Amino acid sequence: MTVLNELVSALGAGKIRVVDLTQTLSPEFPHISLPPEMGQAWPFRIEEVSRYDERGPAWYWNNFSCGEHTGTHFDAPVHWVSGKDLPNNAVDTIPPANFVGPACVIDCTKESAKDADFLLTKDFILKWEKQHGKIPPKAWVLMRTDWSKRSGDAAAYQNYDETGQHTPGPDVEAVKFLVAERDILGFGTESIGTDAGQAYHLRPPYPCHYFMHGAGRYGLQCLSNLDQLPPTGAVVFAAPLKIRNGSGSPLRVLALTEKQ
Amino acid sequence: MLRTRLPTLPPGARSRAALGLTAAAALGRFELQQCADCGAVQYPPREACHRCLSVRLPWKKQSGEGELLTQTVLHHSNDLFFRERLPWRLGLVRLDCGPTVVAHLHESVKKRVSVRAMLDRAGQAVLAAAPEKEAVNMAEDRQLREFTCDPKFRKVLVTDGKTAVGQALIRSFIEAKADLIWVGHAEPWKKFPGFDEIAKLPQVTLLPLDVTDSKSVREVAAEIGGKVDILVNNAEFHRAFGIANRAGVETARSEMDVNYFGLLRLAQEFAPVMRARGADGQSSAVAWVNLLSIYALANFPAHGTFSASKAAAHSLAQCLRAEMRPAGVRVINAFPGPIDDEWNQLTPPPKLAPDALAKSVLRALQDGIEDLYPGDVAQEWLERWRDNPKALERELSA
Repeated sequence: MTVLNELVSALGAGKIRVVDLTQTLSPEFPHISLPPEMGQAWPFRIEEVSRYDERGPAWYWNNFSCGEHTGTHFDAPVHWVSGKDLPNNAVDTIPPANFVGPACVIDCTKESAKDADFLLTKDFILKWEKQHGKIPPKAWVLMRTDWSKRSGDAAAYQNYDETGQHTPGPDVEAVKFLVAERDILGFGTESIGTDAGQAYHLRPPYPCHYFMHGAGRYGLQCLSNLDQLPPTGAVVFAAPLKIRNGSGSPLRVLALTEKQ
Repeated sequence: MLRTRLPTLPPGARSRAALGLTAAAALGRFELQQCADCGAVQYPPREACHRCLSVRLPWKKQSGEGELLTQTVLHHSNDLFFRERLPWRLGLVRLDCGPTVVAHLHESVKKRVSVRAMLDRAGQAVLAAAPEKEAVNMAEDRQLREFTCDPKFRKVLVTDGKTAVGQALIRSFIEAKADLIWVGHAEPWKKFPGFDEIAKLPQVTLLPLDVTDSKSVREVAAEIGGKVDILVNNAEFHRAFGIANRAGVETARSEMDVNYFGLLRLAQEFAPVMRARGADGQSSAVAWVNLLSIYALANFPAHGTFSASKAAAHSLAQCLRAEMRPAGVRVINAFPGPIDDEWNQLTPPPKLAPDALAKSVLRALQDGIEDLYPGDVAQEWLERWRDNPKALERELSA
């Protein structure tokens, strides 16, 4: 029996579960907001073309519009200035093998519940490794915060106050460590942005964007259902739309997990 | 259960000459033809001077003061609109400027009266006489209320409560004793100064509403559309760029999406149900107010793409006006000059205070004005534009 045949029969027998890590695209889903004088990403919008009516009697369909960084989405290295000159840095030129990889899920739920500005540190990762083993090369490191459970309440999900946005993310050392010493494929979060809400005040600003993309690594954000994944052992499928020279795209992120 | 009455309109046909009276009344002005050759003032409007047959008949502002000669009360009419409103009081007034006119009478008129031209439910000018030198509330007169859109006891939707203008509008509607005010707010995660205080006002009900999202507009219309008597669309996207000093079309597209398509979305969802309630008792659906800009008349290149979006909105508002007229629902367009807000930070004064704009909107509703040019800048641009649009274009591009 070949590996793929085994996979297919395990899927058919229910031994492998497919978990959807994607938020539903809708106009209400919160979108990235920059200061109003800057250029803005389009939020998701949808307009009906016809619905079995005089505009098209037997068919229902919509037009939708959104930015590359809307909903659950993928960040390519070209998204950031540090990755702008790398080879294969856009969604259409990334080698497709990189769209499939093992997942390490680091549970920061308790810490994030206590402190919305929680920063994931290198020490925290090393402690996680003591329990679950060393992060293998070419893995997705997913920061589980359960932030996705706030998505029904846009204000709670964005979590702005007078000083800006407050959402968890990695600190500078953690990002450098994951790139240089663990050679990861990319970093994923449940909030808007792979960086923390207050990461503009870190040095450099937005370290996860800066170092990940600068090293040709990827980002996933607005993920959900990370609570259904084991700390290790899941495989993530994250293939963005093939947009020419695209900096990212909304996508359906799936994970395979083995039933215990 | 009583059937909701269908809207009826007073007679709406006018000659082209007579539309001069409507054009002035739309601005809240009382103007009559005055012969440029012999100086005679005439009414009703005609193609030639009744005294010297000259065809040079410019419209000139008149005081409207005069004397009530006689009056009568209608107890019968074959016209559907007046039949439903009998008895109806009319009178003959001899104006100090010459002509004798038929006017609708305010209940407290005696000998000396002040006549003004007001737009009726058909959108055409009619003459109304109120007591001279006496401030009267048109909206509290049974007959003249038909020509106004007073927010008192009415339910109002203000589409964006997060801006200074939106908040000033809300406060002035509260002062004017509106029954309740629905306040739209987009992007609920963003904080804006003053919004928390607005939210606490007892007359205010907040509603998530984003005019760039068709689904959001549809849902709000489904929820409250059948109760809105006055809709004020103040949702606006304003950035100060011309063509050359902003690369790409993203900002211009956002301006169109809010300023033009936002109005279209609101009109498609709210207008049908408001039309159905044009005669729904004392507090019927009565008015739709659009916050446009004086830049809708002539492009101000420093705010070039914004001007274009407002010109598009103005054109659409004319379409909306035509579609609302059969129901007697008035579409009021406000054309302010620069408003004193963050997007006009570098514009030198005079700038229109949000509060002054709100007061003008209120006055337009109460006085039956259809086109509103609040503030000194708007008034001056209007006169220059009426005098010579091409000259204004050149002046603005200097």
